[in-house]
Amino acid sequence: MENNKQLVIIGGGPAGLAAAIGAKQAGIDDLLILERDHCLGGILNQCIHNGFGLHTFGEELTGPEYAWRYIQQVKDLEIPYQLDSMVLDISEDKTIRYVNATQGVCQVHAQAIILAMGCRERPFGSLSIPGYRPAGIYSAGTAQKLVNIDGYMPGKEVVILGSGDIGLIMARRMTFEGAHVHTVAERLPYSGGLKRNIVQCLDDFNIPLQLSHTVVDVHGKDRIESVTIAQVNANNLPIAGTEQEYPCDTLLLSCGLIPENELSAKAGIQLSKITNGPIVNELLETNKEGVFACGNVLHVHDLVDFVSQEATKAGQNAAQYILNHLPETQHEIPIETSGLIRYTVPFSIDPSRMDDKQVIRFRLGNVLKNGYVNVYIDDKRIIHQKKMIRTPGEMESIVLKREWLSDATQSIRIETEVA
Amino acid sequence: MEIRHFTCINCPMGCPLSVTIDDQGQVVEVQGNTCPKGDAYGQSEAVHPLRIVTSVVPVLHGDLLMVSCKTSQPIPKEKMFDVIQALKSVRFEAPIHIGDVLIENVANTSASIIATKEVQRI
Ligand SMILES: Cc1cc2nc3c(=O)[nH]c(=O)nc-3n(C[C@H](O)[C@H](O)[C@H](O)COP(=O)(O)OP(=O)(O)OC[C@H]3O[C@@H](n4cnc5c(N)ncnc54)[C@H](O)[C@@H]3O)c2cc1C
Ligand code: SF4
Repeated sequence: MENNKQLVIIGGGPAGLAAAIGAKQAGIDDLLILERDHCLGGILNQCIHNGFGLHTFGEELTGPEYAWRYIQQVKDLEIPYQLDSMVLDISEDKTIRYVNATQGVCQVHAQAIILAMGCRERPFGSLSIPGYRPAGIYSAGTAQKLVNIDGYMPGKEVVILGSGDIGLIMARRMTFEGAHVHTVAERLPYSGGLKRNIVQCLDDFNIPLQLSHTVVDVHGKDRIESVTIAQVNANNLPIAGTEQEYPCDTLLLSCGLIPENELSAKAGIQLSKITNGPIVNELLETNKEGVFACGNVLHVHDLVDFVSQEATKAGQNAAQYILNHLPETQHEIPIETSGLIRYTVPFSIDPSRMDDKQVIRFRLGNVLKNGYVNVYIDDKRIIHQKKMIRTPGEMESIVLKREWLSDATQSIRIETEVA
Repeated sequence: MEIRHFTCINCPMGCPLSVTIDDQGQVVEVQGNTCPKGDAYGQSEAVHPLRIVTSVVPVLHGDLLMVSCKTSQPIPKEKMFDVIQALKSVRFEAPIHIGDVLIENVANTSASIIATKEVQRI
């Protein structure tokens, strides 16, 4: 089977859904969402806790409720989607090959593509922890799926390595289901998780968070029996004499998320070494013309509201591209970063094609208290923004106004300034 | 007088709050907040902390094994485990719609347990 579409969206999570809605409302009728799972909504289906949508809906929804609002809109707008359909590759001419159980391998050619494949968790193998590899070691997200979707408890005596949000959420979830969560060990001197989750998922249940600590050994041959946790020094090396053994039958890993970009890499899309996501311009377009990216496949988000906002934009931009409404690109100015700023999305801006108010999202490499974020255009400072605290775990943003830039603009630089 | 420390969770700022409580258990002052939400949160957290509880319960004849659910309003923090306990022995027949009341006045909190997922009957 081969057919043509104006727009194909890969992934039916919150990013894919919002992108589809954005494109449809901007005039694209001939579009298709491809989702490998048996339902729409992506990771939100297993995130049963509340805390989603405060920015968008002014109320706190659970993950499935937030997803449902977008799924309803997709249905109301009669946007076509295909479930149980896994995209295998994208060719040079934007032909997408996907497979599903009823039709086998299919092909669809698209004028534009939006990448919305989300992210996956950093696996145990990549953490270089010595010791055995017995049963009972799960990523926090896998445990979340087991408990919340399948109704199955992976274990009773739990240690969590890494203080990412999924790990924190699972500490509370496992406690509610009758498990004893001994401790959360975090290698870094700060947690990457939201304050709210540290308070409501650990403090509420007196679960100790041990910063600058990591698992240095795993014991047990068939099933995990205990782990050894030690303090680490500034160079991330374990400090001798600080080892402590924790008996457990389950070790959950919450050590970060990586955008899922095997497909993108295979398709020749240029990826950033920092975000592990595509390098995009002001339109959220990758180096391949007509291929856009949004959501966790682009850079890992902590708030789904921003995923939806970003994806709506990607959908609108893809629509403009398809309808030939985009002005020719004049000159693309890379956004330079310095200080604690690790990256920005977009990575570059063309003043002739940017929004009147262009949102620039970024993350910091360390905690910044009472510091400033400065933006310089051609070495003239135009933003000088103070904030009590900025942390690596929370995505930041600033708004660049088009009136500040012109075709003569040479450089845009964003930096942090310690107070 | 006593000073208790909390972290405001109402936005990603996570302002560190110091709440001064007098000998009658009344809040005298909240410090460290950046906006009025933090003041309200400090007051509430110091005297009657509230939480939304979310969980899953089994479904019969559904296209999903479990339906996710939440309390219709925040409940007293110390009642969290009573609510969880009340969910241990129940199961529900599909179909279930988002917003359906599954249990009324759960664990005498005056909150209901409401469904947060759609489950079709099969
Ligand atoms: C455990 C957890 C807790 C969170 N808690 C909060 C919170 O409290 N508040 C908040 O605001 N945000 C929270 N977030 C963040 C928010 O949920 C995510 O940022 C958001 O879901 C990302 O959306 P997405 O569409 O980019 O990715 P996803 O939701 O991961 O969706 C990607 C979709 O693409 C599909 N896909 C991938 N590859 C292919 C392929 N090759 N072919 C077809 N389909 C494919 C996947 O099956 C999936 O459905 C949380 C995230 C996680 C993981
Ligand atoms: S006090 Fe206001 S600004 Fe500070 S964390 Fe609370 S809600 Fe946010």
